[in-house]
Amino acid sequence: MSTQTVITWIVVIAVFAFTVKPLGTYIAKVFTFQPTLLDKPLTPIENTIFRAMGVTRQSAMTVKQYGLALIFTNVVWMLGAYFLLRVQGIMPFNPQHLKGINPELAFNTAASFVTNTNWQAYSGELTMSYFSQFAVLSYLQFVTPATAVAAAIAFLRMLSGKKMGNFFVDVTLVVTRLLLPMAIVVALVLVGQGVPQSLGPYLHLHTITGQTQTVPQGPIATWEAIEHLGQNGGGFTNANSANPLENPTAFSNLIETISMGLLPVALFYTFGVMTGRKRLAWTLIGVAGVFYLVMLALLYFPEMAGNPIINALGLHGHANMVGKEMRFGMGGTSIFETSTMAFSTGSVASAHDSYLPLSSLSFFLGMFLNMVFGASGSGLLNMVMFVIITIFLMGLMVGRTPEFLGKKIEAREVSLASIAFLMHPLLILVGTAIAVASPIGLAGILNPGPHGLSEILYAFSSAAANNGSAFAGLNAGLPFYEVAIGVVMILGRYASILVMLLVGASLARKRAVPETSGTMHTDTVLFGGILLGAIVVLNALTFFPVMALGPLAEQYLMMAHHLF
Amino acid sequence: MAAQEIAGQRSYTASILKATIRKLDPREMIHNPVMFVVELGTAVVVWLTLIQKGAADRNYDLLVAIILFLTILFANFAEAFAEARGRAQADFLRRTKSSTRAKLLLPDGTTSWVDAPQLTKGAKVLVEAGDVIPGDGVVIEGVGSVDESAITGESAPVVKAADDGVTGGTVLLSDHLVIEITVNAGETFLDRMIALVEGAERQKTPNEIALSALLGVLTLIFVLVVVTLVPIARYFGPHAANITTMVALLVCLIPTTIGALLSAIGIAGMNRVSLVNVVAKSGRAVEAAGDIDTIILDKTGTITIGNRMATEFLPVPGVTQEELAEASLISSLADTTPEGRSVVELAQDILHIKELPQYEGEAVPFSAHTRMSGIDLADGRKIRKGAVSAIRDIVEDPPAELEQNAERVAKDGGTPLAVEMDGRALGIIRLKDIVKSGLKERFNDFRAMGIRTVMATGDNKITAAVIAQEAGVDDFIAEAKPEDKIALIKKEQSQGKLVAMTGDGTNDAPALAQADVGLAMNSGTMAAKEAGNMIDLDSNPTKLLDVVMVGKQLLITRGALTTFSISNDIAKYFAIIPAMFAAVPELSGLKALNIMGLKTPHGAILSALIFNALIIPALIPFAIRGVKYRAESADAMLARNIFNWGVLGVIIPFIAIWGIDHILGLFGLA
Repeated sequence: MSTQTVITWIVVIAVFAFTVKPLGTYIAKVFTFQPTLLDKPLTPIENTIFRAMGVTRQSAMTVKQYGLALIFTNVVWMLGAYFLLRVQGIMPFNPQHLKGINPELAFNTAASFVTNTNWQAYSGELTMSYFSQFAVLSYLQFVTPATAVAAAIAFLRMLSGKKMGNFFVDVTLVVTRLLLPMAIVVALVLVGQGVPQSLGPYLHLHTITGQTQTVPQGPIATWEAIEHLGQNGGGFTNANSANPLENPTAFSNLIETISMGLLPVALFYTFGVMTGRKRLAWTLIGVAGVFYLVMLALLYFPEMAGNPIINALGLHGHANMVGKEMRFGMGGTSIFETSTMAFSTGSVASAHDSYLPLSSLSFFLGMFLNMVFGASGSGLLNMVMFVIITIFLMGLMVGRTPEFLGKKIEAREVSLASIAFLMHPLLILVGTAIAVASPIGLAGILNPGPHGLSEILYAFSSAAANNGSAFAGLNAGLPFYEVAIGVVMILGRYASILVMLLVGASLARKRAVPETSGTMHTDTVLFGGILLGAIVVLNALTFFPVMALGPLAEQYLMMAHHLF
Repeated sequence: MAAQEIAGQRSYTASILKATIRKLDPREMIHNPVMFVVELGTAVVVWLTLIQKGAADRNYDLLVAIILFLTILFANFAEAFAEARGRAQADFLRRTKSSTRAKLLLPDGTTSWVDAPQLTKGAKVLVEAGDVIPGDGVVIEGVGSVDESAITGESAPVVKAADDGVTGGTVLLSDHLVIEITVNAGETFLDRMIALVEGAERQKTPNEIALSALLGVLTLIFVLVVVTLVPIARYFGPHAANITTMVALLVCLIPTTIGALLSAIGIAGMNRVSLVNVVAKSGRAVEAAGDIDTIILDKTGTITIGNRMATEFLPVPGVTQEELAEASLISSLADTTPEGRSVVELAQDILHIKELPQYEGEAVPFSAHTRMSGIDLADGRKIRKGAVSAIRDIVEDPPAELEQNAERVAKDGGTPLAVEMDGRALGIIRLKDIVKSGLKERFNDFRAMGIRTVMATGDNKITAAVIAQEAGVDDFIAEAKPEDKIALIKKEQSQGKLVAMTGDGTNDAPALAQADVGLAMNSGTMAAKEAGNMIDLDSNPTKLLDVVMVGKQLLITRGALTTFSISNDIAKYFAIIPAMFAAVPELSGLKALNIMGLKTPHGAILSALIFNALIIPALIPFAIRGVKYRAESADAMLARNIFNWGVLGVIIPFIAIWGIDHILGLFGLA
């Protein structure tokens, strides 16, 4: 392992470790309306916004109102985005004179950005005007992570017996108190690293070989900042963070990697502060942390070991650098990719299609679990879902009705949580099955054999997990995929959020039972281990067959010198 | 007799087998979604067997169909077996009931014979020595001894007098009673018991509903996994997905083990409660017993053996212990209370005499006014024993030691009795509550499990504190009135705790009803029995502790078998996935996953399926008896059970499937 790799990894992990507590506590303060440092400059601005929306900081909603507000707002955003993309040609800030977008792609893109997925069935620099990029897509990149954070905060308020709060207030506060301040700092740092921030037309340059080259630009630095801070992941350009315009240096790579994880990790601690169970929060951080490290190792070591076929030719000591950027190295690349899959961001700094089949298991692991901190808010909700299922399954073995935070888990909670769990494999497996069973689905595959299957599986996993990265290879621009993936993204996003809100409401109605030595403690290493094991087993049982047919089959074929 | 027993055994077995077959009816099976999926799968494979053309494939399909069918039979058998155990008890009770005829008392005072089931509420019946009491009711006239062994198993007869409750099916041994029937036929205690042990009234308990829901969703997920696997596998070629193998995979993955045993666990739990002679009015109550946080126990009769006993003589200076003992003995000869008896016994011990001495004299009974009792002997001696303050007033210059000893006894939680003879103070008798043996250990167990025990007593604070400490309860309420118990229950419940209590008197009824688990004594009043949700036929309040254990064991057994069932799936994947794609050239590399080294693809699939079927009968003993349970903290128990059922649940099937594959190899099937 090179010194650069070690330092990069240590810096990233250390930043998460040192920010989790202060940032997590800060978030809890903001949403329990306690004084913070930013009150002075921001309160007047927020009050103006609240007045305009006709709400106050103290406004409260019922669970039903909160859920409906969430859905209604997202529907409005989606319809608005669809409309604005369709009429892009007549909108301002379009120096390249790009045309309006066709219905399937507009639906797919609107669904993709409103669900925080940022799956891109288009090339940004060839399809989107500046207006579409910053006024439509970048706007959604702020408000959609805010939606999930608001849902998680509402959930935590219910768990801790506080008032539900108001959806519009919460979303506003996520933007003003978290995303905007952080985005300003990150954007400035990226500009310092040479990322463009401009509304000028693309540059036509003459290269030293005498050719002409078009270099796209635009408001890229601000885009990059919120792309990563909100786990959006949609690139300004097609190559995303592998493009030097988006991610020019090893340092910018580090900044983007860290930006992805700050909020998701801190929100796990916010869970502890708001419910008064900090030790449980550390247990959950520990479990997610172990998965994060496993993903990192699973990505890094096989790639470092190199392609076995090339090794067999006697060319030892060559890492598999296909599709990777030399300026980040294997260390920087692997932690960026681990983060983008763990935090469900979906931006890429390398070509996922070019990884060895074994390493690609790490990508799938991140998308299947969808709770290795996950995207802000939704990752936490997914983790709690697994905690509830695990407590119910294992908790019976202590001879009491299982309890979570002192509340009994009964038919309603366990049914809802298991439905939330069911949704994820349902979308991935049914989507993949339909695609491989139909000629229009198979038409999108670039590579035959197991790799082609992996491409389709990846697309639906990415959509269901609201990750947004692609395995490439698959022609996502086919109308079939645009529509199917759009639908999967929408179901994957809202089903689990709404179901978990119902779980929260159901738990909120229950009286907490005081803890005794007869209570199964969830804030112990033992429970952490059990939770880890249960998550592994439940997911393995669900996804083992497709993993065997995709990446594993490809790995064995590769070892038998059969490539695709 | 022996022949009868064998015949009974045979019909018992026959009824189990009959029920096993009857439960195959899909209309009944649909209540158990997991096994219903197995039944559907079996139907599919049977159909495939019938239309299959190649002989080798047909044999394979047939074998799969047979194993699937056996899996269902095993599941049905487990349930039928658990039900039959309950029914054996019910049949015994029913025999008592059906043969009963009653002498109905008509308004004119004459009687007429009617069948017991025709008796209605309010009817008065005459029961004479040797008659079976025809229904639940209250004695309104007469005194008689009743043999309740049919219900309680206890052979010693119980005396019943006016206002006592009697239970239908019990037998009057002596005298005659007039009984007013208080419950309509079909709703009597006996009827309820029969229905309960038979499982006819069995409703799913809250936890069982929750677990069923989770198992249902898990089954749905596996249906999804396998159904989508068909097109996904066919991506590699039209023959990559064999439907029979897909059904086999599905059945192996869905939680059949717990699905098959779930209702047997519930029925067996109820049976275990009735084995300790407690009748639970619902399964819900038994399950709630496992969740109990606080137990309220009456001191007298529950924690201590009914009465106080003399344990020590404390003479004043100048009096020997023997003198005091003798005086106490003489004064207590006429005292038939248990306390008086215990004074006599203690004195006999100290004086080393076996026979009771005879004295002439006149007994002076205890009166609330004098607060003392005693004897005026024919030889002129007058001996009195009683409350210290009362005795102090009638002796000349009471020595300081009398007062001191009395105070010491009181401070230790005992009751001091002073003894005097002819105006001279002799000393103090220490009366003490005796804690039942073995209770302290049980309370320690409860503490380890996080259950708080509270003792309720009418005694003063000091006495209560001492007994509480001696018995090892966590808390006590002294000078308790029935309202205090309700207040305590409500207070605990307001903190989200579940409370259990026992009671027998009518004034206990409101508290019994308020408690989450109320165990009424069979010897108690009808009101108490109606209010509680369990009745202890032996009238032994410490039974509550057994019920809590059964409740906990019920939940543990469900959790353990669920965990085991799911953990098993890992090994089945490693057996089936490499086997099912062995014939697909592109996927042949997956044979590397065959870490068990199973010989042939069909053999591997059959081995996994056979394991899946056999594990059900193998676990029936655990389902019926319950998983072993010991008192320890939740975390310790969790660690142990996770290892036993989770970790071993992953490992055992690897070994077992490998073993089955080798055995199949011997028959040329693998």
